[in-house]
Amino acid sequence: MLDFRLKCYEAWLKMEEPTWANVHHPKIDYQAISYYAAPKKKAKLKSMDEVDPELLRTFEKLGVPLHERMALAGVAVDVIFDSVSVTTTYKDKLAEAGVIFCSMSEAVHEHPELVQKYLGTVVPTGDNFYAALNSAVFTDGSFCYIPKGVKCPMDLSTYFRINTEESGQFERTLIIAEEGASVTYLEGCTAPAFSSNQLHAAVVELVALDNAEIKYSTVQNWYAGDENGVGGIYNFVTKRGVCKGVNSRISWTQVETGAAITWKYPSVILLGDNSVGEFYSVAVTNNYQQADTGTKMIHIGKNTRSTIVSKGISAGHSNNSYRGLVKISPTAEGARNYSQCDSMLIGEHSGAHTFPYMQVRNNSAKVEHEASTSKIGEDQMFYFAQRGIDAEAAVSMIINGFCKDVFQQLPLEFAVEATNLLSYKLEGSVG
Amino acid sequence: MIVADSKVLLEVRGLCASVNGTEVLKGLDLTVRSGEVHAIMGPNGSGKSTFAKVLAGHKAYEVTGGSVLFQGQNLFTLEPEERARAGIFLAFQYPIEIPGVGNGQFLRLAYNTLQTQRGKEELDPLEFDDFVREKMKLLEMNPDFLDRSVNEGFSGGEKKRNEILQMAMLEPRLAILDETDSGLDIDALRIVAQGVNHLTNKDNATIMVTHYQRLLNYIVPDFVHVMEAGRITKSGGKELALELEARGYDWIESPIPTSSARIAA
Repeated sequence: MLDFRLKCYEAWLKMEEPTWANVHHPKIDYQAISYYAAPKKKAKLKSMDEVDPELLRTFEKLGVPLHERMALAGVAVDVIFDSVSVTTTYKDKLAEAGVIFCSMSEAVHEHPELVQKYLGTVVPTGDNFYAALNSAVFTDGSFCYIPKGVKCPMDLSTYFRINTEESGQFERTLIIAEEGASVTYLEGCTAPAFSSNQLHAAVVELVALDNAEIKYSTVQNWYAGDENGVGGIYNFVTKRGVCKGVNSRISWTQVETGAAITWKYPSVILLGDNSVGEFYSVAVTNNYQQADTGTKMIHIGKNTRSTIVSKGISAGHSNNSYRGLVKISPTAEGARNYSQCDSMLIGEHSGAHTFPYMQVRNNSAKVEHEASTSKIGEDQMFYFAQRGIDAEAAVSMIINGFCKDVFQQLPLEFAVEATNLLSYKLEGSVG
Repeated sequence: MIVADSKVLLEVRGLCASVNGTEVLKGLDLTVRSGEVHAIMGPNGSGKSTFAKVLAGHKAYEVTGGSVLFQGQNLFTLEPEERARAGIFLAFQYPIEIPGVGNGQFLRLAYNTLQTQRGKEELDPLEFDDFVREKMKLLEMNPDFLDRSVNEGFSGGEKKRNEILQMAMLEPRLAILDETDSGLDIDALRIVAQGVNHLTNKDNATIMVTHYQRLLNYIVPDFVHVMEAGRITKSGGKELALELEARGYDWIESPIPTSSARIAA
């Protein structure tokens, strides 16, 4: 492990920060970041009752109380509380099915052979600046292994939360679905307000073998800074999955509402024949938030298919960019891609940008791209008002209509949370 | 219907309004009492639709003078949604499309918002479904309308029916129909007119803004007003509409328009 980290650190030292993204921020002092922050007094929580009431209140606000989620929805929650996993539930039930779901640090000790076999295989250590940084210093994260033929008996869920000022959080997540296995993984992020920027550079790797299926859903609500753009989290995340086996499927669904800057491209490498990659995204920016997000679909296997549905909503003075690559390799006979990128602008000062890249090296491939930009117009708002509906309710209804295609991909309780979150984020942005 | 001693619902005095700095309404007077149906006719660009939008409170139109009282209250102190809740309904000339928002969901939100305002119980989705289907029968509408996005892909006639459906649900005190007849074939016109006629009673009033006399064969007005260059230049009974149809708008310019003369004085 130490070797792995040192190699990564050396690689990172030689790399330059990427500047191609459509985002702007002051230079980050990487020496000033605390790379490991453990919770101060409460080192280990024995039960959920001991979790910070503020954390629970945030869940409450979003309409998803944690206890209810656990008890009723049957979700196993692994709460990452300042870089150390404090509570892991339902482990026994998962163990019965042979599913391993634990923190990364535990996995390194208890399942070193799996970690060694797969860690860094999807996102190589020198892949990019932030991934290399993560590989060198990652603190903890989640590890998930679904054995051959097993359908994971419940949705797996992890909540991440940054709670110490100036603590960079560098989680590492690795999910492996063996032949014929399937799993749904939910990741939700909330963070309380802080005044100085914090760096969040996570790496997530997914591996799907023959006929395996991984569905990864994220609701991201890191602290976004105040209405003047002061503070907020830099969310520079590398997420990638490989459809290694035939007929495998990886599906990313993300609802990105928080962070001062989001830089994130959940991608799929379609290696196995007939494998399927999907990316469904809603990115909302308000005030001075910046988002540069999208996906890469790398078609290598035959008859591989990918779908991209991206919905960007920009309000206030924010900037929202979709950046996506569809690459069809010469070997990808019969590959197909469908992309749809819609942007919605709210107000006069927000920006929406679309950067679609396509590299097609096989003549039998079919690649479709549709894009649209719309505005919540004065006339739409007037129509609602004329029927007695106030601006907030109108915006919430229009936005949810706009995002419907993506929300449908989320598990039900997550969809409700996402709907509430969007209304909450866009409060006061119209009218 | 003209009802003796009925209450004044709407009182417009010397109304002036502009859009993008151009004055469109130039001293408009109009009094509407409960139970009455008024038709405002006039050539294109005379300010008919502007008047409708100013009453409803569209932000693009700036009121530069005059006053409007609705049920005795200064209308200009109310936001558009407050005007709607107070009972002003505008059937739009070009109802806007709202992609992704289900029509049924939209109608229910509008209805329940008003119910709450009126201190009544909201309807849950199932109750509302029964309620709205009943209203749709009146307008010979297919229940499919509820599942489609608001106005998206609707034909001209379907959009207008959807407007009158909302009027039927919301039961306004003052309904303003802005060119509701435009884009309707004769069957659709008949159905829409039937709907409107069904809804008029002695406690509410209707203002129809129209270019053509045709609609007035189906919805018979108590008063017809001719609007030209931002003010009402002639008022009369329903026979005035027929005269306009026969002679066009030009003949009005020769007699001295009484109302504008008064404003000028």
